[in-house]
Amino acid sequence: MKRAFYANILSAMFLLIFCGAALGLSEAYKDNIYNPGMLKPIDSHLKVKVGDPAPDFTLPSITGEKITLSRFAGKKNVVISFVPAAWTPVCSDQWPGYNIAKGFFDKNDAVLIGITVDNIPTLYAWTHQMGKLWFSVLSDFWPHGAVAARYGILRSDGVSERALFVIDKAGIIQYIHVENINVRPKLEDLVKAMEKLNKK
Amino acid sequence: MTSKIVRHLLVLSFIAGFSYTASAVTGPPSEGGFLPDIVLSVPQNSDQKKYLGLSGEATFTIPQINASVVIVEIFSMYCPYCQAEAPSLNKLYYKIQNDRRLVGRFKLIGIGAGNTAFEVEYFRNTYKIPFPLFPDDDFSIHKKIGEVRTPYFIAVGINKNGTYRILYSHPGRLGDHDRFIKMLLQRAGLK
Repeated sequence: MKRAFYANILSAMFLLIFCGAALGLSEAYKDNIYNPGMLKPIDSHLKVKVGDPAPDFTLPSITGEKITLSRFAGKKNVVISFVPAAWTPVCSDQWPGYNIAKGFFDKNDAVLIGITVDNIPTLYAWTHQMGKLWFSVLSDFWPHGAVAARYGILRSDGVSERALFVIDKAGIIQYIHVENINVRPKLEDLVKAMEKLNKK
Repeated sequence: MTSKIVRHLLVLSFIAGFSYTASAVTGPPSEGGFLPDIVLSVPQNSDQKKYLGLSGEATFTIPQINASVVIVEIFSMYCPYCQAEAPSLNKLYYKIQNDRRLVGRFKLIGIGAGNTAFEVEYFRNTYKIPFPLFPDDDFSIHKKIGEVRTPYFIAVGINKNGTYRILYSHPGRLGDHDRFIKMLLQRAGLK
């Protein structure tokens, strides 16, 4: 009982001290960002691993088009960026960075797909604050979080993890990174993963 | 034994937690006031080092820059407004460099909040930014200046005797450059 109490206190202190990352929010969003506070860093268990075939899916995009992962097979490497939720701090400052990094994706013959569990109207409004995005933004809203669940990154509160998957042209997962939900993944790690893929 | 270790960890956590809280700043730097303790690495690039008028290889603070006014942009490569502002800031830099009244007296630097050295370098190359940019990958500087939204601009007026004060502290894009420079000249008491 005592031990459980101390463990809980320690967990809370850990979150406060080590996950107390600043958010670096852009003025572009003004006061429209909801801050959920510091969350449990990872709250799911992966159902896929490097070397597995990437589970296929078809999801609607904000352009109205439906995108199927397997359509890129044999043609392009695919980077999937799951972010937890629209209108939240770290997510709002992740994709705009990828938006100016198209050169890295082109150089490594990769397309980028962004996915959240939000619905299309929400994603449409949110991503329009980021400027014109060059990559597809898909909604995993209904059945709610089904794709995130198949990859094993659906959190207990119904949002996805902040996760990156790099899938080669054969449809095989070559890189998985599930980041602490409170932190933005470093661009260089993703670039290295894409470059490694291209060297194979 | 285990509970003793847990108790020790608990005490250490509280001490660390207290230190974290004590070091946190509640708001951005005030105009007329002073900067928090911001220490930057001297650029390895000799042109940038020369631009800032720095000697040595280690670290420096903003008031040590050889200038009358230093304009500091807190930016992020992930921030859409910072991306949009980048070409405009380049124009401001060249406007200063091409103005006999301002060159050498007004200097520009950028600090990338939450950006790694790789990300800052990518931002620099993407927008061909001619002035020095510094990474703040762990947000330590960003925390000290009140976790401001980006872009955020701080202009520091530096006196010949090394004293200084903050002339301008504001979020959002700069707007008209001529008006901004005129305002800084007035606030710094320069002609």
